[in-house]
Amino acid sequence: MSNKESWGTRVGLILAMAGNAVGLGNFLRFPVQAIKNGGGAFIIPYLVCFLLMGIPLLLIEWSIGRYGGKRGHHATPFILGSMHRSKIWMYLGVFGIFTNLGVAAYYCYIESWTLAYIYHSLAGTFSGKNPEQVASVFGEYVSLKNYVPIVFWIICLLINTYILSRGLSGGVEAAAKVGMPLLLVFGAFLAIRGVTLKAGSHGAVWDGTVGLNFLWTPDFTTIWSPKVWLAAAGQIFFTLSVGLGSIQCYASYVKSKDDIALNAMSAGWMNEFVEVVLGSSILIPISIGYLGVERVVELTQSGGLGLGFKTLPYLFQQWGPVLAALAGVMWFGLLFFAGITSSLAMGTPWMGFMQDEFDWSREKGAWTFGVLVLLLGLPCVIFFNEGVFDEFDYWAGTVSLVILALAEVVLFAWVFGIEKGWREINEGADIRIPSAYKYIIKYITPLLLGAVFIGSLPNIYATLMHTETKEKIRYIQNPNALKEEIASLQASLATLDSVTVYQLPLAKLQSLPDKQENTILTLRNQLALYQNITAPGFDAQREIAALKKSIAFKNISRALLVLLFAGISYLVYRAYQKRVVSGETL
Amino acid sequence: MSFSAKVMMIAAQLTVTVFTAYFFFRVLLADKRKEPDSYAENDQEV
Repeated sequence: MSNKESWGTRVGLILAMAGNAVGLGNFLRFPVQAIKNGGGAFIIPYLVCFLLMGIPLLLIEWSIGRYGGKRGHHATPFILGSMHRSKIWMYLGVFGIFTNLGVAAYYCYIESWTLAYIYHSLAGTFSGKNPEQVASVFGEYVSLKNYVPIVFWIICLLINTYILSRGLSGGVEAAAKVGMPLLLVFGAFLAIRGVTLKAGSHGAVWDGTVGLNFLWTPDFTTIWSPKVWLAAAGQIFFTLSVGLGSIQCYASYVKSKDDIALNAMSAGWMNEFVEVVLGSSILIPISIGYLGVERVVELTQSGGLGLGFKTLPYLFQQWGPVLAALAGVMWFGLLFFAGITSSLAMGTPWMGFMQDEFDWSREKGAWTFGVLVLLLGLPCVIFFNEGVFDEFDYWAGTVSLVILALAEVVLFAWVFGIEKGWREINEGADIRIPSAYKYIIKYITPLLLGAVFIGSLPNIYATLMHTETKEKIRYIQNPNALKEEIASLQASLATLDSVTVYQLPLAKLQSLPDKQENTILTLRNQLALYQNITAPGFDAQREIAALKKSIAFKNISRALLVLLFAGISYLVYRAYQKRVVSGETL
Repeated sequence: MSFSAKVMMIAAQLTVTVFTAYFFFRVLLADKRKEPDSYAENDQEV
C-alpha cells in the first residue's frame, strides 16, 4: 500500500473539513431556501435538523472514516465493507467515489464561472451596462459563444489537480488555510456592506435591513408544514456535505487515539457560522436593497445562481468603479474559495482508493481525477442548455447523497451496532457528547433521513419518467387539453378572489396554505404556457423537437452516470479479488 | 426591521457564533497528544 498521506495540523484538518462543507450553497442556496420557506421561522426547523440529523451524520461519518483508516482504507467502499461481512455495504460504498466524481464534473464548471467573473470584475466588463446586458453576459457565457469558458474551466481543473497532487498537508490543507480565512474576510466585508446599505445611497431604493427583515421575519404559520421541514432537512444535508464520501476520507487519516468528536463539532459549527451569519447577510440584503422584495422573490424562484451571477454584478456597479471591482472580486473570490475547498475534497476518495488498492502514487491519482472530471464534465459544459448539467446535479449531487447517508446510518446504528459505534465516536474524544445522541443516532436520524428519502420519491419518479417535459409536449400537441387543465385548476380556486389568484406577488403567496399556493403557482405557469403555445408564430414542431432532444440528452447523461457507477464497482470488485488472492481481509 | 425579525436574527446568529467560537477555542486549547499522532507538525518529537 502506497498511501502515506497525513494531515499537517489539527487546525488545518478542521479548516479543510469546514472548507469541504462550506460551498456555493452557503451563499446562494441557504438564503433562497429561507425566503421560500417562511423566512425567520425556517431557521427553527433548520437548526432542529442540524441537531438531529446534521450533527449525528457528522459524528457517524467522522467515526466510520477513522475506523476504516485504522484498517488502511481511505475510501467508502472498503471503509463500509470493513464494518460488516456482507458485500452489499462495500458496493453501497461505491456511491462515496461515484458521487464525488459525478458532482466534481459540474461543480468545477461553476467554480470556473467564479474565476471568470473575478476577471470580468477586474476588467470592468460590467461597467456601463444595464441589468439586461449584465444578465446576458451569463447567458452568453454558458452558451459557449466563444472559447473563454472552456479556458477558465481548464484552468480551474488544473488548479484543482495541481493542489491535489501536492497531497493532503501540502495541498488540500494549505489551500484551506489560505482559502478559509480569506473567505471569512471577504464575507465579512460584503455582509457589512449589505447590512449597512442605505436607501438613497449609491442608487439603493431600500435599506439593506429591509432584506434582513424579509429574511428573518418569522411566519409561524409555515412552521408545521412538511414542505418546510423537508426543505430544512435538505438544506442541512447539502450544506454539511454529508453522504458524499469525502468526510470519511478526510477522517480516515486520523489515528484512533486522536479526537474526532470535537473536530466534527468544530468543523460543523464553522459551516453553520458561514451559512447563517454570512450567507444570510449578503445576497438578499443587497438584492432587495436595489430590487425590492417582490422582484427578488420572483428571481429566487429559479434558485440563487441567477441572483449571484446575473444580478449582483450589476448591483455592484452602483457602488462606483473602484468599489464595484473590489466587491466583484470579493464576492466571486469568496465563491471561488468556497467552491475549491469543496472540489478538492471530491478528489480525495478516488485518490485514496487508487493509492490503497492499486499502489498508485498520489500524483497519478490526482491527474487521473483531473482527466476523469474533464471527460465527465465535457457533456455538462457543452450541453449545459440541454439540461445535462442539471441531470448530473440531480442524480449525482442529490439522490446519491441521500442513498449513501441512509445506508451509512443504518449500517452504523443497526448493523455495526450502536454500542460499538458509540465507543468509536468517543474514543480519544476531547469532549463528551451528550448520551442522548446515542438514541438520536439510533432512532431519530434514520427516521428523519428516511422521511427525506420517502418525501423525495415522487420527485425522483417524475424526474426519472421526464413527466414535466412529456406533459409539455402533450400540451403543445393538444392545447385544448391544457385549456381543460387550466379550467379545472381555476375551479379548484373558486373560493379565492381573482387578485389573489392572478396578481398577488409571490412574496405574499407564501402566507397561503401550501396546497393553495402550489395550485396558484401551477395555474400561473399553465396560463403562461398556454399564452406561449397559442401565440401567433409559435413553431410547435420546433419546440417539440427541442423538448425531445432534451429528453435524449438527459437519457444519455444517465447512461454516462450508470457507466461511471459500473466502472467504479468493477474497480472495487477487482480490488476485492486482489485482496482475496493475497489472503488479506477488509 | 420588525422586533420579531430582530429577535430571530440575533438569536440565531448569536447561537451559531457562540457555538462556533466555543468549539474552535476548545480545539485550540486542547492538550497535544504524544507522538505518533495524526498530525505531521510535531513528528520530529518521536
